[in-house]
Amino acid sequence: MTFNLRLIPLLPFLGAAILMLFGRKWKRDTVLLVAAGAIAGSCLVAVDAFFTALPAAASKGGLHDVVGTWMAAGSLKIDLALRLDALSGLLCLIITFIGFLIHIYSSGYMEHDPDYPRFFAYLNLFCGAMLVLVLGDSLPVMFIGWEGVGLCSYLLIGFWYSSSANADAGKKAFITNRIGDLGFLIGMFLLYQFTGSLNIPEITAAASGGGALMQTLFPGTIFAAPVAFWAALFLFIGATGKSAQIPLYVWLPDAMAGPTPVSALIHAATMVTAGVYMVARMHALYLLTPGAMAIVACVGALTALFAAIIGFAQNDFKKVLAYSTISQLGFMFAGVGTANFGAGVFHLFTHAFFKAGLFLCAGSVMHAMGGSGDITIMGGLRKKLPFTHGVFLVCWLAICGVPFFSGFFSKDSIISGAFGTEIFGEGLLWVGKAVGVVLMLAALGTAFYMSRLYFLVFTGSETRASDEIKHHIHESPGAMVGPLVVLAVGAALGGFIGLPGGLLDHPEWNLLADRLAPVLGPEMEVSRSIELGFMVASVVLALGGIGLAYLFYGGGYREPSRKFAAAAPRFVRLVQDKFRIDELYGLLIIRPIKRLAKGVFFVVDRILIDKILVEGSGAIVGVLARMARAVQGGDVQRYMAVFAIGAAGIVYLATRPSVPDVLKVTVSGLSVDVDARRGSKPASRVQDYSFDFDDDGKPEVTGAAPAAHHAYPRAGTYTVRVQVKDPNWGTSTSLKQKVEVR
Amino acid sequence: MPTTYYIVLSFVLFLIGTAGVLVRRNALIALMGIELQLNGGNLAMLAFSRELGDLKGHVFAFFIIALAAAEAAVGLAILVALFRGRQTVNLDEATLLKR
Repeated sequence: MTFNLRLIPLLPFLGAAILMLFGRKWKRDTVLLVAAGAIAGSCLVAVDAFFTALPAAASKGGLHDVVGTWMAAGSLKIDLALRLDALSGLLCLIITFIGFLIHIYSSGYMEHDPDYPRFFAYLNLFCGAMLVLVLGDSLPVMFIGWEGVGLCSYLLIGFWYSSSANADAGKKAFITNRIGDLGFLIGMFLLYQFTGSLNIPEITAAASGGGALMQTLFPGTIFAAPVAFWAALFLFIGATGKSAQIPLYVWLPDAMAGPTPVSALIHAATMVTAGVYMVARMHALYLLTPGAMAIVACVGALTALFAAIIGFAQNDFKKVLAYSTISQLGFMFAGVGTANFGAGVFHLFTHAFFKAGLFLCAGSVMHAMGGSGDITIMGGLRKKLPFTHGVFLVCWLAICGVPFFSGFFSKDSIISGAFGTEIFGEGLLWVGKAVGVVLMLAALGTAFYMSRLYFLVFTGSETRASDEIKHHIHESPGAMVGPLVVLAVGAALGGFIGLPGGLLDHPEWNLLADRLAPVLGPEMEVSRSIELGFMVASVVLALGGIGLAYLFYGGGYREPSRKFAAAAPRFVRLVQDKFRIDELYGLLIIRPIKRLAKGVFFVVDRILIDKILVEGSGAIVGVLARMARAVQGGDVQRYMAVFAIGAAGIVYLATRPSVPDVLKVTVSGLSVDVDARRGSKPASRVQDYSFDFDDDGKPEVTGAAPAAHHAYPRAGTYTVRVQVKDPNWGTSTSLKQKVEVR
Repeated sequence: MPTTYYIVLSFVLFLIGTAGVLVRRNALIALMGIELQLNGGNLAMLAFSRELGDLKGHVFAFFIIALAAAEAAVGLAILVALFRGRQTVNLDEATLLKR
């Protein structure tokens, strides 16, 4: 069914274009009206598509819109086509709705920024690119969005480009993403090579058939594995870049250099979830290959735990949230990696709300604290920032997984799914259990670091900042608080769209799974005992983490936290330094590459290009010039000599007989025709020709005719020699050629 | 006598003249070499003219003699000018064409 889907990304693109062209001259209110209007319009179209048009088309592949043919070359034909099904539709709703809220919030947050229009132009551009990413019906169209959001992320991280730290963070994000994008491209190439198509529905169909995608690549080596495995793995490498997973997560914490609304929208709610979306979108491919699934799940689970641990010791508000985002993305990947696609997408949905809420709270707090995000100087902000505190409280409980807040349902369905999954066959059975255990530890860690953040920032009686900052603390304006409250409502209640209906004997209560079923297949069946057991366990873990954090940090830094820091100072430093992964990458990758670059610069640039190519060609010209100068000495006699040599040369050449470069020989049977004319024109002077067809010194044909015919007595290989004489000058030339007659 | 002899003689004359022009440093001798070349040409003209029984060659020889006289006049004039300017008639030092 077709629907005018192109409007959804087009409106934000249009908004961005208008703001880039005219925004600088406009008043701030006009800029906001255009930017927020564009995204609101796109949100309304998405709502219309999702709630009114989609239900009828859900089982027939969703809504479809072909804008035109993008490229056609041989068997490759790529349409600029968009598709909205339950999965991409849900993402569209999240992007446009949260995008809209963040536009409103930004109008307060960026109020005093001189680059107000540029900010909103980028924000709109980002929304458009992200919508293309989720709506794209083929991998290349998705890739446009994929690169587009990367570009916007780069632009917005380095939004305050006058500080080189921000610009560096932007570059780091961009380059790290490029590494992942290479994987994405290779995955795309593999899929095209073996399925002959880049359209997602066609790839899904090919994957359902198995066949071509199950051929073994690299047979006989240790890399021998089905095509599906490699394609899935390379696509996942792309996802690790975009979604900040081990090993490419390092850019996300640095990306916090950008304005906070950007962190909320791009680096928490939408762009970083693109990888999860992509895996869910390509689920048919991933289902073919448990090995790749296991890698996805393990990377996700390890990232979840690893980032949570780093989060324990960060002292910057946004850095804690950044590692929290990495960790939560790990949860999502663990979800989709255990074939629990619905749960992964569910967590994506709830996370979008509570993490955007947390980031916007961070913005609000930093706004109040005069721009500082240092949580060691905060404390006791509960009374001073009542709305922010309320919202943070809700989002905090949601991310910790306290019952009936949104994170509880989604996280629980991922963990119980990991234990209950049946995707891993023989040999990989341990993966599900291991992933589940790691995720539970990560959930405990999440509760701990988030509670630490909450207690250090909001509880206590005294703010630990200087008097000047304390005096300045105030609640944020309405434009910032309003979106916060909406997000808090989402964070509190969002979980109810994905109620574990099976547990309550009402599977239809799980609205989300119901909606996603035509796209991602039916919800994973997990036995009631497992589900209930892990539900209880995760509640215990969440409360345990919160309690532990209270012991350490309730009301400010408490005795146990100081004792712990004193007892294991080196470990604490290591965690504070983020396990020094950046330094490790610097040592293992960046430094060798820099060395290599320096070497290449020296060999290729300095020696090959500068010395050999540039100076070398100059030197050759110089030598030739010196030779020419020797002739041009001004000495009459030398001119005379050159003249004499030239004249002699002309005479020599002019008196040679006129012959072709190669004899023209035509063989037919045993007879040959030999033509010794130069060019097609008749010779301009009389010459004597003697044709010796068997090269025995006795010419068979002589005379003034330039062509001759001869019949050989028997087959064989002969040498034809033609002697050409100019009777006037007495010069002669001989030509010979091998002839084979049969 | 066969024409070939005359032609060979004229070629030898021409070569001697050419060698004189190329090798001798004295401009006066170089001019004499040019004179020799012209006369080599003259001799060839006459030889062919006689061989072919055609008077055009003789006419050309007269032209060439006149041309040689003119050439000698101009050449000597240049030589005098050169000597006035540089106090030498050595061709190695007459390299003004370079500039």
